[in-house]
Amino acid sequence: MIRKNIQLDEQGRLKHFLSIEGFKRQHLINILDAAEPFANVQQQAIKKVPLLRGKTIVNLFFEPSTRTLTTFELAAKRLSADVLNINIKTSATSKGESLLDMLQNLEAMHCDMFIVRHSQSGAAHFIAQHVSPHISVINAGDGCHAHPSQAMLDMFTIRRHKKEFADLKVVIVGDILHSRVARSQIHALTTLGVTEVRVVGPKTLIPVDVENLGVHVYHDFQSALIGADVIIMLRLQKERMQGALLPSEAEYYRQYGLTEEKLSYAKPDAIVMHPGPINRGVEIASSIADGSQSVILEQVTNGIAIRMAVMSQALGTVQTKGIS
Amino acid sequence: MSNLITTSGSAPAVSIINGRIIDPANQIDQLTDIHIENGKIIALGENPEHFQNQQIIDAKHYIVCPGLVDLRVRGNIHSETKAAVAGGITSVCYPPDTNPVIDNTAMVKLMRLKAQTEGHAKVFTLSALTQQLRGEKLSEMRTLKDAGCVGTSNASHPVKNTLVMRRALEYAASHDIIVFIQAFDPWLSDGCIHEGKISTRLGLTGIPVSAETIAISRDLQLIELTGARAHFCQISSAKAIQLIQQAQAEGLPVTADVAIHHLHLTEMDIAYFDSNCHVFPPLRTQRDRDKLQLAVKSGIINSIVSDHQPLSSDAKLAPFAETEAGISGVETLLPLALKMVDEQDMSLSEVISRLTIQPAGILNIAEGTLSIGSDADICIFDPEYYWQVDKNNFVSEGKNTPFHGWELKGKVIYTIKSGEVIFSTE
Repeated sequence: MIRKNIQLDEQGRLKHFLSIEGFKRQHLINILDAAEPFANVQQQAIKKVPLLRGKTIVNLFFEPSTRTLTTFELAAKRLSADVLNINIKTSATSKGESLLDMLQNLEAMHCDMFIVRHSQSGAAHFIAQHVSPHISVINAGDGCHAHPSQAMLDMFTIRRHKKEFADLKVVIVGDILHSRVARSQIHALTTLGVTEVRVVGPKTLIPVDVENLGVHVYHDFQSALIGADVIIMLRLQKERMQGALLPSEAEYYRQYGLTEEKLSYAKPDAIVMHPGPINRGVEIASSIADGSQSVILEQVTNGIAIRMAVMSQALGTVQTKGIS
Repeated sequence: MSNLITTSGSAPAVSIINGRIIDPANQIDQLTDIHIENGKIIALGENPEHFQNQQIIDAKHYIVCPGLVDLRVRGNIHSETKAAVAGGITSVCYPPDTNPVIDNTAMVKLMRLKAQTEGHAKVFTLSALTQQLRGEKLSEMRTLKDAGCVGTSNASHPVKNTLVMRRALEYAASHDIIVFIQAFDPWLSDGCIHEGKISTRLGLTGIPVSAETIAISRDLQLIELTGARAHFCQISSAKAIQLIQQAQAEGLPVTADVAIHHLHLTEMDIAYFDSNCHVFPPLRTQRDRDKLQLAVKSGIINSIVSDHQPLSSDAKLAPFAETEAGISGVETLLPLALKMVDEQDMSLSEVISRLTIQPAGILNIAEGTLSIGSDADICIFDPEYYWQVDKNNFVSEGKNTPFHGWELKGKVIYTIKSGEVIFSTE
């Protein structure tokens, strides 16, 4: 059964931003293009534009976050919106009923947008399906499903360093199974035309049938790195040592940690990315995280521009091009 | 003591005329009349001598078949047996994981009392295989059989300890009690969706097919060892069918059923987290669904069940993994099963047998047939009636259905239990 893509409105414009899946190449290009001028705004002494003046944006975080919450908040403020941050312990809303009750209460306060982070896959879709029609929902990470704004800031960062998406070899390393970032990155990369996306990790951290998403699976890090243009390291959660997924951090680092020696297999101009926060010495050597090929801090900066682009598009106040 | 839990009343003498009578148990498929007196079927064809009917039901263009027998229904007896009869079902079987658990005769009596006072369909019960379904000590399954339970089961609590399972099967075999097994490996089943490309896409924890096949394989070995009669519930995968087929070929006393939704839905139907498609065992691939349909046709799987699980609307209002599994299924069971006539080229009689005499045979109860002398439990339906499923029109308290909006063919017009019309749309 074919269902409507709820992320777009009747005119095919961005309404909710829940997952990369469901967007065409041009949609993603529009977001990247819209972010360019915002990236420039941030270089200026006065970093504010009045695009979302009078709008109220609620950061609804059911899961702790510093980086994502902060960049969404900054992005909203730089668009002149009013921002409300709500941190909710998931336990308080373990029943869907109370989650919906809470949303209705917020709606009654005439909010325009919910930025949602939740530990359950599909939470952002669920909320988007149940809010009033005037409200936009942006997924700031749902369980292991999607983190589309993170993927878009990564695409933005890649585009600033590399010419053509189509020619790139991109390697994503680590815990693909539990990573919403990886899933969104894979969709974004393949949608933008990257033909060679490689995912690397032990079988315990690679989801079944992941090849269906258009990627190549490697268990050996070195062979995956050969000829790579972009290397994306994923964060390894400490709790993966439980539940028999991995023997130890030390063994993981030996096999899948990015060291100088391993990096030498990639192209000399390869860039190294990480969605943060970094576990130094678990996923990546400090010398690389802080080295010349790392674009990790640039990702954070670009995160603000991308989120400004997505928010203003979803609230219909921006045009894909030409913001001075 | 009878294992039947039912209400009794004085039924009028009824003739159902002009209908197409399909009774797979007796290989009958013909246009004829059927006559009922004192709640029993007394004749087919001509009016018997001295028979004075007080009521005539004209079943022209309709099919007259035995009331359906549903091996797996849950929920409040009053409302859900009412929903069942609206779906043409006259006999339902409750698994023992009720609250409290059916592991003592008092609970069997309570179920009987509830069925008698507020039930609409006949209610049969399975006893718990182990006390409190904990998988540790055997239940008094013989006593419970004598109290009326038609089989035994640990329901959705698999017995982890292989030795306990062996003993339970041995004990059941000693008393010729059929063991219903919902086979899944608990450690591999800590998910909410089939493990495959959709679970990967949606980032939901998957349940692999091996969760089912590992458990079935173990239990088939134990069945061979113990000689117990066993029935596997809700087979969901092609590989599981192979195991059952092989066991049947080797002569093991093993039967199997499938939930109706597994015959029509796949993991794809979950689309973007549709919690109405959250069921256990999970919806699997298109190939699995196709093989399940074929297995129903060939008879490896001889019963189709609704696996009725009515849920409050809140139970489905949450992110997918936090929702409760289950579908309110009794009111769509018959028309969805009838789709097999067109989709798998089965005869009406074959499809009806999977809903009547075959499940009745598994429970060894005298239901699911229009034989002379049997209880007049009858379903009369219009096989050509198209209707659109509207969950808001469900009799069941559970409106949780993924079939809302589907156009289905075949609608129940009358349901008759022990000669009394207990549901009618005319």
